Amino acid sequence: MKELSILITGPAGSGIQTIENLLCRIFKEMGLHTFATKEYMSRVRGGANTTTIRISEERVDAFSERIDILLSLDRNGIDRIQYRIGEDTLIFGDVGKNRNRNFEIDFVKIAEKIGNKIYANTVAVGFILGIIQKGKEIGEEIISGIFNNKGQEILDKNIDALSEGYLTGIRLANSINFNFTIKESEEVKKESFFNGAVAIGIGSIIGGCNFVSSYPMTPSTPVFSFLAQNAKDFNIIVEQAEDEIAAINMVLGSLYAGGRGFVTTSGGGFALMVESLSLAGMTESPIVLHLAQRPGPATGLPTRTEQSDLLFALFAGHGEFPRIILSPGDLYEGIFLTANAFNLADRYQIPVIILSDQYFIDSYYNIPVPEIANFNIEYAFSINTDRDYKRYQLTDDGISIRGIPGGDGFVCVDSDEHNEEGHITEDREITRLMVEKRNRKLKTFIDSKTFIDSKIIRPSFYGSSDYEILLISWGSTKNTVIEAVKPLNNIGYLSLPIVYPLPDIKDYIKKSKKTIIIENNYTSQLAKLIRMETGIEIKEKILKYDGHPFSVEEIQKELGEKI
Amino acid sequence: MGKDKNIAWCPGCGNFGILSAIDRAIDELNIDRKNTVIVSGIGQAAKLPHYTEINYFNGLHGRSIPVATGIKATKPELNVIVTSGDGCVYGEGGNHFIHGIRRNPDITCIVHNNMVYGLTKGQASPTSQIGFRTPIQVGGVFEEPFNAISIAISLNAPFVARCFSGDIDKTKEIIKIAIKTKGFSFIEILQPCVTFNKLNTYEWFREHTYYLDEGYNPEDIKKAFEIAIDKEKFALGIIYVNRKRKTFEENLSSIGVKYPVIKQSIEYKKILNLFKKV
Repeated sequence: MKELSILITGPAGSGIQTIENLLCRIFKEMGLHTFATKEYMSRVRGGANTTTIRISEERVDAFSERIDILLSLDRNGIDRIQYRIGEDTLIFGDVGKNRNRNFEIDFVKIAEKIGNKIYANTVAVGFILGIIQKGKEIGEEIISGIFNNKGQEILDKNIDALSEGYLTGIRLANSINFNFTIKESEEVKKESFFNGAVAIGIGSIIGGCNFVSSYPMTPSTPVFSFLAQNAKDFNIIVEQAEDEIAAINMVLGSLYAGGRGFVTTSGGGFALMVESLSLAGMTESPIVLHLAQRPGPATGLPTRTEQSDLLFALFAGHGEFPRIILSPGDLYEGIFLTANAFNLADRYQIPVIILSDQYFIDSYYNIPVPEIANFNIEYAFSINTDRDYKRYQLTDDGISIRGIPGGDGFVCVDSDEHNEEGHITEDREITRLMVEKRNRKLKTFIDSKTFIDSKIIRPSFYGSSDYEILLISWGSTKNTVIEAVKPLNNIGYLSLPIVYPLPDIKDYIKKSKKTIIIENNYTSQLAKLIRMETGIEIKEKILKYDGHPFSVEEIQKELGEKI
Repeated sequence: MGKDKNIAWCPGCGNFGILSAIDRAIDELNIDRKNTVIVSGIGQAAKLPHYTEINYFNGLHGRSIPVATGIKATKPELNVIVTSGDGCVYGEGGNHFIHGIRRNPDITCIVHNNMVYGLTKGQASPTSQIGFRTPIQVGGVFEEPFNAISIAISLNAPFVARCFSGDIDKTKEIIKIAIKTKGFSFIEILQPCVTFNKLNTYEWFREHTYYLDEGYNPEDIKKAFEIAIDKEKFALGIIYVNRKRKTFEENLSSIGVKYPVIKQSIEYKKILNLFKKV
């Protein structure tokens, strides 16, 4: 066995998160490719949450529903994941009623013997390491690092807890002849392990973000907290607004004054921002907006995942104005699409929306530390306006010089239709020219080298070039689709880091005998967008809308039925 | 006066007096207009920046305070003045008015209060008097008028004043003090709407207002409240002053923000450290 999938289940607040964090750090430090994703209920205590951790000799970056080891902190959580329990699944911990291959282990009791039940989580971590008979030393190192300044006793007890758990695990593994061998890699140890929220957070720092105002809303909040926690190091102004409307308007104010503003939100919050998004379109403000999708309508499933806001993001805002919509499919894209979003917004003076979702935000895996020195922050605004400065000067490409206040010329922006100086107008000719100017910027972008050539933006193709079946998806489904189609021949897969404006994908579709679209929604919004932009109707769809992400197995199963 | 002489206000509108008071205050204080921004929302009052020579952000209905906050926090050397009407700031933007005072950016917030909606032709505003009849409120307004002065005092706004647009000189003097005062300086300017408010006329305002005595101490919060809750007579002058609060920008600085933030360069080494830390 070269890969292992571990699932931890327990109520909210029971320590799943602690166990996940510790195990993932240990695995990654051991040199194992590690992936972790969580699904949780919208509550602070109780219920049943799970975390899936995959470790492997090869890169793992997608959700698999297979469970090799199930660590149960509460028997009541097992039923809801029954469909994922296979014949070979080993169940440890609070297992309750008799199931196949289950082993009652009382981590709390072991912890109490050491001195206090608070050590139960560390016992559980040690136990998992014992089962795979690896990682005790690294576990001790990491635990020492964490508890070093919490006093000698707490440190010692945690080390004891880890050892006791480890021994229990080894004894059990031996008694059932469980042997797990896996090669560790020096390369993995040098890599970085983080989630989508951090990717977007780092991306905005690389992109030059210096102002963020938002209102907490799951699942977008981790990006906000990441920036707040790193604000001092990167000189970022961070403010929690009274509501999403204030948040986006503060950012618009910051942009007007020369800031590099950013707002992060989820569906309901984005809905509140929509009027102001239209204001950004009218005032030609370069706003970067992160929209972490969750299932709707209304409050929907606050802590779960869906890709149902693509068309909302595309059409949000009254009136006609251009925008760019990016949809990171992996951590690398999360970083660089976000960083690029700031340059694009500034260059074209249009809103750029980054569409992620709960699955993307909460999924961790290791990737090589990316090359960031090659990325350049481009500032397109001017601090030296002259006396005749016109904020909305008509130009061939639609882009006027964006001045900020402080120069000789006044910077006048208006939400009303305006003339070149930014004064209110109702003149028919000026209105027509201004509508054309604003919307022309999208064409300017479509004709740009960035849109046509940029490696990070253009569609990425995987699989054999002589494919018969073409799969298309966007955003967070990327890694899952790639893993699902790996064993299959004759399949090509197209992932779209930019969904709007839609890149030219007609030739890809024409080449295939059958095209299948994969989306985490009910109405197949990308298929609608493709039809709107190209006239091509994609009839074959794999859709999922139960609040959960696709698993590798699900996509394989659905593909099996379609091809 | 601005480039655009085609002013959208009715002859005799109180807005003319407010515009004149603001313009004269800026000039008498010798404030550099290049470094001054007026932020407004929507409504007849919000058109004010179009009629002077200044930087402006004329945004959405109700949203002027957060925009002004973002501008000031990003470039604190700018003088930022909000001017908008009672419907905009108290109605559509009521939440921002409350939290703006809590946040306390160093801006001046001037609210034109004519107790009616002008641009939409005569409906009730949050400050319309009980019984005021309109095409919508056909039986007369029954909601309690929004008392912005007492709300501002209760939130410890650094500067709370009320003026009357019919008295440009005194209004101008109060605006000058407000601009110089650190933090959220709030001025409500009572203003007749000559077209849609036949109740609260110039005459009515003269009858229902009075100036605070020379000896009045605006730092006495209890007295300030007493004055603020008077529904019969509206006090004019500086009603409340609180010198104790730090501004939003000062608070940002004290948690580590270093100015200027605009066009700052990033240290890639620090970012690489982030990858190690996570």
